Amino acid sequence: MDNVSLIPLILGMTAVTYLPRLAPFLCFSKLKISPFMDGFLKTIPVAAIGALIIPGAASATPDMPLAAIAGMGFTLVYGLFRGGIIIPVLGSVAVTYLILIY
Amino acid sequence: MLRSELREAVRNGLPIFIGYFPAAVAFGLLAKTSGATLLEAFLFSAVVFAGASQFIALNLLVTGVGTVGIILTTLLVNFRHFLMGASLSTRMTDLPGRLQALVAFGVTDETFSVLSFYKGKLTPAFVLGVQFIAYSGWVSGTLAGYLAGGFMPEVLTQSMGVALYSLLLAILMPEVKSSLRSLFLALGAGALNTLLIAMDFLPKGWTIIVCILVVSTAGALLSIKYPAPEVNHG
Repeated sequence: MDNVSLIPLILGMTAVTYLPRLAPFLCFSKLKISPFMDGFLKTIPVAAIGALIIPGAASATPDMPLAAIAGMGFTLVYGLFRGGIIIPVLGSVAVTYLILIY
Repeated sequence: MLRSELREAVRNGLPIFIGYFPAAVAFGLLAKTSGATLLEAFLFSAVVFAGASQFIALNLLVTGVGTVGIILTTLLVNFRHFLMGASLSTRMTDLPGRLQALVAFGVTDETFSVLSFYKGKLTPAFVLGVQFIAYSGWVSGTLAGYLAGGFMPEVLTQSMGVALYSLLLAILMPEVKSSLRSLFLALGAGALNTLLIAMDFLPKGWTIIVCILVVSTAGALLSIKYPAPEVNHG
């Protein structure tokens, strides 16, 4: 790939990434939404996050999936008792790091 | 008023920054070793701004896949943002057109997740603030990775890969603690995704889209049959 400019590729990727991001704002914000559609759209965050975490989280540390799973375990247990985002995120990284180096 | 919105944006955007920066460092480093110029690496992150597809693009480039093939893959991988944008847009109905174009650009898995479960009103200043913080983490991380290369030890980079998943789980926790239905829907989405990946017949990125379509349909049917206030986090 030396000497070949990547700029056309980047512009093409930009177009196909941006258009699906933009389209719903143009269509949905003016649309009258049925109760079914409302329930559908409101479930998307939970569904998306579930599928984004499982099973991907285990592959964050490909050499030792258990390290990543333990890190996620910290976030899970912390989240059962306390709220917030920063501490669980930093804590999970610390737990994963400690397991990887020992 | 604006001050407090921006303070909220920093509070909610900072965890995304913490997750994005190291991931982007890894991208910058990989871009450099794949032969991209600094400008190209920067543009990838600054104008495409879609983590997973950028990594996939570099992988495909190195294995010799052509421009059109990579662009089509990118479309498939990033199409889930259409569904996320649809969900988000219903909470920002009074947004002026020019701002819609900006907010749409900033829709990523992580900004979408943070914004979706934000309890307050999604004002333009707050939303754009969160997105800008995420964006600056991604772009600055890319530059740092390209220029400073392997300044982070490999073990630390790997550990930081957990940050993005941990962020998503931490966002989800309050919801699944307060709603058994949400807990089952989230676990169902994860189980279905695991199954679909194992069956290995969908292109990358589409397992998540199928999960969203199936599980959100189930959620919609449930919410019509058993209307409950807890599904309503808007």
